[in-house]
Amino acid sequence: MEIFRVKKDIPFMRYRGISAIISTSIFLIAILFLGIKGLNLGVDFTGGTILEVSYPEATNVEGIRETLRSIDLGETQVQNFGTAQDILIRLPIRDDLSIADLSEKVASALKAKNSGVEIMRVESVGAQVGDELYEKGALAILFVIIGIMLYLWVRFEWRFAVAAIVANMHDVIIILGFFAFFQWDFNLTVLAAVLAVLGYSVNESVVVFDRVRENFRSPKMRKAKVTEVIDNAITRTMSRTIMTHLSTQTVVIAMLVFGGEILHNFALALTIGILFGIYSSIMVGCPMAIWLGTNQNNLAVAQTNQNKDNIDL
Amino acid sequence: MNQYSRWKYFLILLTIGLSLIYVTPNFYGESYAIQIMPLKSGDKMEASTLKIVESKLNLENLNNKGLIYESSSIKVKLESAEDQLKAKKVIEDSLGNRYVVALNLISNSPNWLTKIGALPMYLGLDLRGGVHFLMQVDLTTALEKTTGGYLRSIRTALRKDRVAYYDAKKTNDVIQIKFKTKQSLKEGINIIRNINPDFDFKEMKVNNEELLKIIISEKTKKSITKFAIKQNLETLNNRVNELGVAEPIIQQQGLDRIVLQLPGLQDTAKAKEILGRTALLEMRMVDDEKSNPQTIEEAINGKPPPGTELFYDRFENPILVKKEVILTGERIINAGPSVDSQTGQSTVSVTLDGEGSNIFKEVTRENVGKKIALLLIEKNLTEVITAPVIKSEIGGGRVQITGMRNTQEATDIALLLRAGSLAAPMEIVEERTVGPSMGKENIARGINSTIWGFFAIAIMMGLYYSLFGVISVIGLSVNLLFLVALLSIIGATITLPGLAAVALTLGMAIDANVLINERIRDELRNGNTPQASINAGYEKAWGTILDSNITTMIAGLALLVFGTGPVKGFAVVHVLGILTSMYSAIWVTRSVVNLIYGSRRKLDKLLIGEIFKVENN
Repeated sequence: MEIFRVKKDIPFMRYRGISAIISTSIFLIAILFLGIKGLNLGVDFTGGTILEVSYPEATNVEGIRETLRSIDLGETQVQNFGTAQDILIRLPIRDDLSIADLSEKVASALKAKNSGVEIMRVESVGAQVGDELYEKGALAILFVIIGIMLYLWVRFEWRFAVAAIVANMHDVIIILGFFAFFQWDFNLTVLAAVLAVLGYSVNESVVVFDRVRENFRSPKMRKAKVTEVIDNAITRTMSRTIMTHLSTQTVVIAMLVFGGEILHNFALALTIGILFGIYSSIMVGCPMAIWLGTNQNNLAVAQTNQNKDNIDL
Repeated sequence: MNQYSRWKYFLILLTIGLSLIYVTPNFYGESYAIQIMPLKSGDKMEASTLKIVESKLNLENLNNKGLIYESSSIKVKLESAEDQLKAKKVIEDSLGNRYVVALNLISNSPNWLTKIGALPMYLGLDLRGGVHFLMQVDLTTALEKTTGGYLRSIRTALRKDRVAYYDAKKTNDVIQIKFKTKQSLKEGINIIRNINPDFDFKEMKVNNEELLKIIISEKTKKSITKFAIKQNLETLNNRVNELGVAEPIIQQQGLDRIVLQLPGLQDTAKAKEILGRTALLEMRMVDDEKSNPQTIEEAINGKPPPGTELFYDRFENPILVKKEVILTGERIINAGPSVDSQTGQSTVSVTLDGEGSNIFKEVTRENVGKKIALLLIEKNLTEVITAPVIKSEIGGGRVQITGMRNTQEATDIALLLRAGSLAAPMEIVEERTVGPSMGKENIARGINSTIWGFFAIAIMMGLYYSLFGVISVIGLSVNLLFLVALLSIIGATITLPGLAAVALTLGMAIDANVLINERIRDELRNGNTPQASINAGYEKAWGTILDSNITTMIAGLALLVFGTGPVKGFAVVHVLGILTSMYSAIWVTRSVVNLIYGSRRKLDKLLIGEIFKVENN
């Protein structure tokens, strides 16, 4: 079986003008949503409390709200998820109650109303801890970006490093844009997914750039134009691109199906990251590399490095 | 060119064999068990206790599936959850309050595996159920407390040496004392330096007064906070013991935080109450000489006679108590509820340590006929529990505290006294609780994602790359084996995101094989011989695989460094998965390929799926 039965290289780079417009607009739309709606940060970052409770029978959300109102918690966010028996309650940080007392108060009120209720999960984060987790998360993203750039700079050259990171950031911003638009809960696990995407999606660029470099060095392509070299590299790695992403996406789908509430948004972030990762490494990373002036001469210097790759296998 | 030397095959077989051994404990499952530990952590378990436990269980017809004796604990395996609860009750009743009896789960893996360090993966709280608390230690208060202590010692020392001073007060970390003359100030400094040689002094003359500022040095502050954290950790240890948790984790995190993990704990309300309580017991003398209706009246109005403080007992009677503390709760080694044989009242019997016993003996000898007050300080509220008259000298360090309202109160107060006091107050700043059924569900979620993901990939690879696809799947299985074995060996904590990482690692690891297979197809397409294509395919793919794995690794390391809790669990698996996948996807699959094709001289075709060839290329 061979999926791509292409006779000639697909002229991807011919469309780089259109793709630039598309990419820029998606990027700007994502930023727009981030600006207008903002991320729906979970309790991990904002502080607050989440209670996941399970009832033996289908339960009315309004009844639970009523119970919470009766213990002076005011309007609270109560919602079903999965089935009618499973309820998610979200509570903001309160000045008059410690997080430890708040969750107990809710739990005992719910139990008093219906003794069959089971507290499945409680997550309470204080304001200061939330701030710290937010800060650490931002630092982690920064660390990954700088780390990957430095590595690509050393392994390839700065044009590729910049192009790959731009493609990468494009994906990350789009993931965040989706989360902002749909107001999906953005928590620590989703952040882990975003960082995993950062590391994963850059592979795509690495594989293509690797071929580009190889093509530049190959005698066959000595006379080819830069766009032709890149088109060839993309076309020849196409099969691998599809197979790899299909495999990863398969696992992610398994997570969406079986992973439950906690892994749901994690898997969503990965899905968006994988889908846009394919597009961006081809239609963002490569045009970017051309635009930055990549050509045979940039990589000729790196020729000596190639011997290092030939490790006995 | 496609042949591995013997030692390479041997090495690969060896690693697979070892991994198989270290993976097995994960498949034995767990037994319900009871774990018995001494109340004071660090104490040894006696072998005789084992016999008592065994005979008591036999008496109640509770079959045990094995008793494990260790110097720090005794573990009893039982058949069912029902038996487990019954056994807990039986053991608690027969051993009394010197031991902690906790419910636990013990791996059924055979002894020889345990001996070679092959243990099942350590499941995180989100998989086994339990509570995670992050507690913030209020170090400012610890500092204030110590400064207050210094102020008291300074006063006593100055008074003892008859150095004239007045108006001694303190702020957070500075003590201020006024002296009549320069001479007495100098004398004062010499005396105070003996209390702590690290004090910094600042002499000042304000409004014709000799003012001495005693500044607590940074070095001292550091040791104060260090001590406060240490004592809080110890106290938490004791309190957690009271909760009956089998494998608690209590660790300092950062400068002023403590992480507490209590697997299997379900009653979070009780846990919070016991952990959060800051009860302190103080014994002080009642000041009978200064007590008369007039002084008490004045004291109620906020002006107690110098050297005394006013507190109320439980019947709202005002009592004047000397400021000087004779003993604090730190000298208590054990406390338990009991019943007074004469009055039938609930009491708390307290056992003091050696030094506490000596002090108590001396004080009671010198103060026969006077009253001694027992103060319970809880959440800044001080109450006189009881203030009995000392009838005679009390030696041996055994003290009965009477005046309890009922048995429950006696039990609670005994518990608080036993659990010790906190050097600084603490607050829960993060709580993550997972119920036991949720834990089981989460395991199923993670494992199902992995299994279904794996099978889907296996089918796809087999269809697309034929035999080479099957070889890739062999590599992937070995990767899974290595990963689980490695996680079991290093004892990393597996969380739900960690299980997700296992699944994700499989999805990502196959990339290496896809790269290799595509390269081999490429080489074949270009008209190379099958043997040369295999070799070139592996060789050319190597650089790309390395690059892409290193970039993934950078992200994994960032997660490891900056992540906390469940995310760290994800990072550990992710990073290890990258390492194992490099080995299995490249070397293991190559060894299989070499084994199949390497020795064939005449090889026309590789079973790597249909290859589309462009004619006239």
